[in-house]
Amino acid sequence: MSNFNSKIPTGPLSTKWSSYKDHIRLVNPANKRNIDVIVVGTGLAGGSASAALAELGYNVKAFCFQDSPRRAHSIAAQGGINAAKNYQGDGDSVFRLFYDTIKGGDYRAREANVYRLAEVSASIIDQCVAQGVPFAREYGGLLDNRSFGGSQVSRTFYAKGQTGQQLLLGAYSAMSRQIGKGKIQMNTRHEMLDLVIVDGKARGIIARNLVTGKLERFGAHAVVIASGGYGNVFFLSTNAMGSNVTAAWKVHKKGAYFANPCYTQIHPTCIPVSGDHQSKLTLMSESLRNDGRIWVPKNLEDSKAIREGKMKPTDIKEDDRDYYLERRYPAFGNLVPRDVASRAAKERCDAGYGVNATGEAVYLDFASAIERYGREKARTSHGEASMETILELGREVVKAKYGNLFQMYYKIVDQDPYLTPMMIYPAVHYTMGGVWVDYNLMTTITGCYATGEANFSDHGANRLGASALMQGLADGYFVLPYTIADYLADDIRTGKISTDLPEFVQAEQEVMAGIERLMNIKGTKTVDHFHKRLGKIIWDKVGMSRDEEGLKWAINEVQKLREEFYNDVRIPGTIDSFNPELDKANRVCDFLELGELMAVDALNRTESCGGHFREESQTEDGEAKRNDKDFAYVAAWEYTGKPSEAILHKEELVFEEIKLVERNYK
Amino acid sequence: MKLTLKIWRQKGPSDKGQMVTYPIDNIDGDMSFLEMMDILNEELIVKGEDPVAFDHDCREGICGMCSLFINGEAHGPDRAVTTCQLHMRKFNDGDTIYIEPWRAKAFPVIKDLVVNRGAFDRIMASGGFVSVNTSGNTVDANAIPVSKIDADKAFEAATCIGCGACVASCVNASAMLFVSAKVSQLALLPQGQVEAKQRVLNMVQTMDEEGFGNCTNTGACAVECPKEISLDNIARMNREYFKGMISAE
Repeated sequence: MSNFNSKIPTGPLSTKWSSYKDHIRLVNPANKRNIDVIVVGTGLAGGSASAALAELGYNVKAFCFQDSPRRAHSIAAQGGINAAKNYQGDGDSVFRLFYDTIKGGDYRAREANVYRLAEVSASIIDQCVAQGVPFAREYGGLLDNRSFGGSQVSRTFYAKGQTGQQLLLGAYSAMSRQIGKGKIQMNTRHEMLDLVIVDGKARGIIARNLVTGKLERFGAHAVVIASGGYGNVFFLSTNAMGSNVTAAWKVHKKGAYFANPCYTQIHPTCIPVSGDHQSKLTLMSESLRNDGRIWVPKNLEDSKAIREGKMKPTDIKEDDRDYYLERRYPAFGNLVPRDVASRAAKERCDAGYGVNATGEAVYLDFASAIERYGREKARTSHGEASMETILELGREVVKAKYGNLFQMYYKIVDQDPYLTPMMIYPAVHYTMGGVWVDYNLMTTITGCYATGEANFSDHGANRLGASALMQGLADGYFVLPYTIADYLADDIRTGKISTDLPEFVQAEQEVMAGIERLMNIKGTKTVDHFHKRLGKIIWDKVGMSRDEEGLKWAINEVQKLREEFYNDVRIPGTIDSFNPELDKANRVCDFLELGELMAVDALNRTESCGGHFREESQTEDGEAKRNDKDFAYVAAWEYTGKPSEAILHKEELVFEEIKLVERNYK
Repeated sequence: MKLTLKIWRQKGPSDKGQMVTYPIDNIDGDMSFLEMMDILNEELIVKGEDPVAFDHDCREGICGMCSLFINGEAHGPDRAVTTCQLHMRKFNDGDTIYIEPWRAKAFPVIKDLVVNRGAFDRIMASGGFVSVNTSGNTVDANAIPVSKIDADKAFEAATCIGCGACVASCVNASAMLFVSAKVSQLALLPQGQVEAKQRVLNMVQTMDEEGFGNCTNTGACAVECPKEISLDNIARMNREYFKGMISAE
């Protein structure tokens, strides 16, 4: 396809974006009123894009499957948002944020996009403060920062453990203002089920009204996919129950390339699985690694005793604990990037040192932080203090920083993390892969854009903590509003897109045929039954570590499972009614195809990089071994009817500014 | 454990609806309340019956989507949790559990336990924002210092998840806690003060038009609020409202 061109502007990296903005076309305010834009998803990427585009004067039609735009899963992001403000004077800069992000992504992201991201990051904080987002502050009234993995500066802005919530509510407020003005038509409880292409351009969508069950047609001059990531392919993940790949997958099936699907992020600090009934996993923010120390017992017998309930973690003496991240990576310690921390936890548990009944958990311990903070506090306010007072004061400080996370842990696990270490284990959290986009965030379908987690562009093979919020808002507030104008400048005389066009009629018929097919199967097993089995295949073989044999097996298993699904799924209820089981079935259909493509992509990439670890490609001491000679490219897959027959297109990654070196956190 | 569930079933907005009894077995204390509902629904589907419709999404207490009225309490017997964070260890073997939707005129039932909370979005659209366009040219984020005390109070108000438990718990089905949380957040910050008077008047007017009841200070909303939003916010909103009334143009 001719659109498979990254369109990176020429010129030096540091001025690419500003000089590009100076020369792209604009749409004048009067003409913007005649242009419609569809935005699918209302998280940080979609909500910010909807608000910004409506403020500029475009007519926005926004969609979410939840009952309100405020519920998008960005709301659950906990720790923070990065920005190169250098408020701490600790040596941060746009270049350093750019460099850390490229390095953290294991040199598999596009330089120009990442530099732009770092460049606009500071404006995000300014904008959010202006909207009334209540970030954490110091006593002097200025903004506070914390540290996140993969960097040696404090550049993360936060609002306790609810930063995503506060940023999303900021974007939702901005959207609400435009909804009130009639500039955004908000369609809640709607799910996009197909993209409509007219004369080679994205001109609308078919969406199902989840309350009435009716299919509805929506026309626009451009379509923005901001529907988030595909982590729920694993069934168990930190994503919301409804998070899905459907919108992204539908555009893929209509011609948009899907890039690097094997890059998934397994987050090191989640609450471990407790049983088969489990419906989702809960993250404990990476910010906890600022103060928490991760360990397992040094002796196998101690781990065994703990697993059998004969010993408690507090019984293990300091000398008998293995702070394995501090041991293996002294320079970054507990703040190594997520992929490194996750693999290290798996390595210890696989070796038999895991600590809960399942053997799949490690400790995240706050005892030393509580004592340290308590002593500091005691010195400033109490003078001489007993150990008891010190610990009490320390707990107060920790509560102020992470109170809601500790409460969440306590409610789920029924153990008090102020008194005993938390148990954690890696879980699926984020997907770096996604719809391929060029520098303008346009997919290979003309007029169809993808932003936020739904696209692939900024995090390479591993995303750094606090960078997802940054990317979502950067795309929506500060990138797309510029780049989309350059495209829409051609549409000022087009007029309304009629939804009576034959392309709309045909797309609607096809969607309806797909739904009828599902409803007519009338099999014996529920949608969740299939989803759980798919998740297990993907977790076991396309999870934290992958090898050729396992991947080939997974491809075959997913194909078989898909066939079984189409023969034996049972969906109750009717098509034209409120039917959550049908909603789930529509999503699982797409996961069953995506899962296969993930394995295909992982099989193709025989190197290890970031979140993608191939058993065959590791150093002697078990670290990931990249292969820049053969794999410094983006793998963009073209749909041909079957995921295993997708055609691979390579976008070679050109590094002008950064020298590719081994990623070293030691 | 073995439980008896009595669940509100209602086919649609115009259906009268009724309580229906479902026995359920093999429930583990580590399950969340919604995982128990999942198990019930799996059983119903396999038996060829209509599963119970209920709203849920993040299942970690932050999206505000889940909304069950359990044994007469919004989000059930535990404090400071949403339904998805309620665990079955809070119940005993042999218990009978009553599960109903939020009940309020302004929240019509869509199906079974699912209600329409669009009224909250409409209140937000009438004033729950600061009128600042996205430009990249606003002042530097540190240009206006904000006292940590005010910033923390604004944050606490802003943690409202918009679930509607306050309305469901109130004898008058009042939305004062929800509205006051947003009014307070923005009134406490310098960025929100420019429009403070008009904001509170508009939001309260929309709240009344949507059919929410008045506040009689029973305080049930704050007791049941999963995010422990304080009644102080209602007091603050009342002050803001009078300020707005007296001095609005």
